[in-house]
Amino acid sequence: MKKEELIAKLKPIIEPYVQDAEAFKNLSEDTDFVNDLKINSANLVDIILDIEDEFDIRLENEDMEQMLDVKSAMSIVTTKISK
Amino acid sequence: MKNRVVITGMGVVAPNGVGIPQFTEALKNGTSGISFHPQLKELNFSCQIGGIPNITEELRSRYFTELQLRGFNSSGILYGCIAGIDAWKDAGFDMHPESELDYDSGLVFGTGTSGVDKFREAIYQLDDGNVRRLGSTVVLQTMGSGVSAYLGGMLGLGNQVTTNSSACTTGTEAVLMGYDRIAGGKAKRMLVGSCSDHGPYVWGGFDAMRVMTYKHNDEPEKGSRPMSATASGFVPGSGAGALVLESLESAMERGATIYAEVLGGEVNSGGQRQGGTLTAPNPEAVQRCIRHALANAKLSPDEVDAINGHLTATSKDALEIENWTKGLGRSGEDFPFINSTKSLIGHCLAAAGAIECVASIVQIKEQFIAPNINCEDLHDDIKAMIAAAKVPTKSMNHQVDVVAKASFGFGDVNACVLFKRFKP
Repeated sequence: MKKEELIAKLKPIIEPYVQDAEAFKNLSEDTDFVNDLKINSANLVDIILDIEDEFDIRLENEDMEQMLDVKSAMSIVTTKISK
Repeated sequence: MKNRVVITGMGVVAPNGVGIPQFTEALKNGTSGISFHPQLKELNFSCQIGGIPNITEELRSRYFTELQLRGFNSSGILYGCIAGIDAWKDAGFDMHPESELDYDSGLVFGTGTSGVDKFREAIYQLDDGNVRRLGSTVVLQTMGSGVSAYLGGMLGLGNQVTTNSSACTTGTEAVLMGYDRIAGGKAKRMLVGSCSDHGPYVWGGFDAMRVMTYKHNDEPEKGSRPMSATASGFVPGSGAGALVLESLESAMERGATIYAEVLGGEVNSGGQRQGGTLTAPNPEAVQRCIRHALANAKLSPDEVDAINGHLTATSKDALEIENWTKGLGRSGEDFPFINSTKSLIGHCLAAAGAIECVASIVQIKEQFIAPNINCEDLHDDIKAMIAAAKVPTKSMNHQVDVVAKASFGFGDVNACVLFKRFKP
């Protein structure tokens, strides 16, 4: 999957949890979920469940710990779907 | 010197009316909020009727953000937040995520059990080995203090924020807890109230005890019959009631509308002795609760104009009337008017006390006595103690200065509070 395509799929998953709409508009690979988008850290597990459903993959605790920004989310999802 | 405590805001989510204007109309007109619920029939309930407030998607989205509503499945918290926010706004405050933290305002919002439907969802997932897929809000929606946690954050309250739980006494107890905190000078304002989930998973245990009526499934509005000869068990209800209690000083400073004064009251327990059990009250303790409530409020029994009773429509109604006659030392023609809001909304369990406190204040504010519907056939044992005219079956305009409101709950716990029309 192309990077742009992947970001386009991740954006609507992330959007409901975003508390900083401005930062979301400028979302890039470097965007951090908590620091930039001001997502409540408790909601990170909800984002992970939504990603699992969208891509039909299973994310382990170790994956979750790393998934703090768009870049790491993309890399983990890419690895999982290529398996 | 205790601070005087007044009521400056009200909110209600009742089976027969959401919001004070609609609820007031329903009280005046004797409108029932009880209906037939096919789900209860499908699940083989004996009692297939109940009271569920009508909350539209549109209304829900005025109080909760889309994010808050994701995976949200706790009707009690929904009702509690709507009633609480309404009361807060009615008192002249606003709800804004950026509002300044207010250390002088707190909340006591009770419930019996929280988020039962959410808990059921979680149990199914857990038993399938899917604990990792529960999501982030199961704890918040099912913890006892969930409603207080949601409300405290929505309103930015910085004083005590807690949840009390004392079965069907919960709401009335919450009012007295808030009253104590303001009277004692520890807070200027307390949002108080209680809520209860609706549905089979809350009501099933009562159906199993055979304390709910099974005789009115085909005529739901006639099902809740407190004090009548044909009372055959209570009808379950749900919802929430909320009051903003405030020190008189703070209310005057703000120029707030004052609906009534809380004169005080009493909470106690019968200790499951002298006839009291887990499910039945010790009569002596009930009478003592009423007497001490009056003494704490510095009222004599003859000053009580009306009683809003607990009166659920079980065989215990006559015993409650006997307790009132003994506690007040008044009977026959000398007995105050008495009504049971439950004839209109059923028994809203943990929410009952708060919704019925709101009903009591509404009757003071509007100067009327709400009707006891379905009580055309007053029970003989009750007729023998008090004049039938004291149990009005039609709404009546009447001067109402002092209302005594009592609630009694499983565990043999009692609460009685006295409200008075405000006079500076």
